[in-house]
Amino acid sequence: MPNPATDTVFKALADPTRRAIFERLTRDGRQTVHALTARSGVSQPMVSKHLSALKRARLVRHRREGRETHYSVRPEALAPLVDWMTQYGAFWRDRFARLENLLDRMD
Amino acid sequence: MATPELRTLVIEKEFSHPPEKVWRALTQGALIKEWLMDNDFQPVVGHKFSFRATPVANWSGVIDSQVLVVEPNRKLSYSWGTLGLDTAVTWTLAATATGTLLRMEQTGFGPDQDANYKGAKYGWTKFIGNMERVVSELR
Repeated sequence: MPNPATDTVFKALADPTRRAIFERLTRDGRQTVHALTARSGVSQPMVSKHLSALKRARLVRHRREGRETHYSVRPEALAPLVDWMTQYGAFWRDRFARLENLLDRMD
Repeated sequence: MATPELRTLVIEKEFSHPPEKVWRALTQGALIKEWLMDNDFQPVVGHKFSFRATPVANWSGVIDSQVLVVEPNRKLSYSWGTLGLDTAVTWTLAATATGTLLRMEQTGFGPDQDANYKGAKYGWTKFIGNMERVVSELR
């Protein structure tokens, strides 16, 4: 079943440079265009262009502070892509193991 | 638009401990912290509480919950909401000859995604990964 929101997200992340910028924001948190440019290997206008595309896909948000614009990810935008059950399946299996360990130690 | 079909994750395991003991591990805050996460849980229907891990980039570390069902030694349920996911976790305890069969159901997941989307976890995998790491550091 095609989902327009998912399509937009996929198109925005299809470009490797753009995806790298997005992943860096995901990994390291909020950053300025300057900081992102310093580590991206492309020019600042290119980084700004990629950030605009990510913004259109509602994958990132921005906030001006003085002369700098800070970008951060909107994690909820990725929700359509996540296979939550796989994630939580691993999470709970691990927790069951810890629970068993705790029960063995309890009176 | 069709209503998305919600899915349920089920995990079952038998423990060689009686239901009363498993119930304590599921309902006493200090014990819950030992195996799950820090929390301000109270076994009172309607009680709003949170599970808390150390915040990481783009995740507050907070899971918002509310107690839905408390049937001592038998059934416990609470909502589980974080990162835009709104689910409910239900624990069912059944006495067996040698201990307790514990069943965990987490309901409210969205419909299955196309297989093509499965690789596209990006940040989310990292969030959960971080959560795992952070929680293990707490121990």
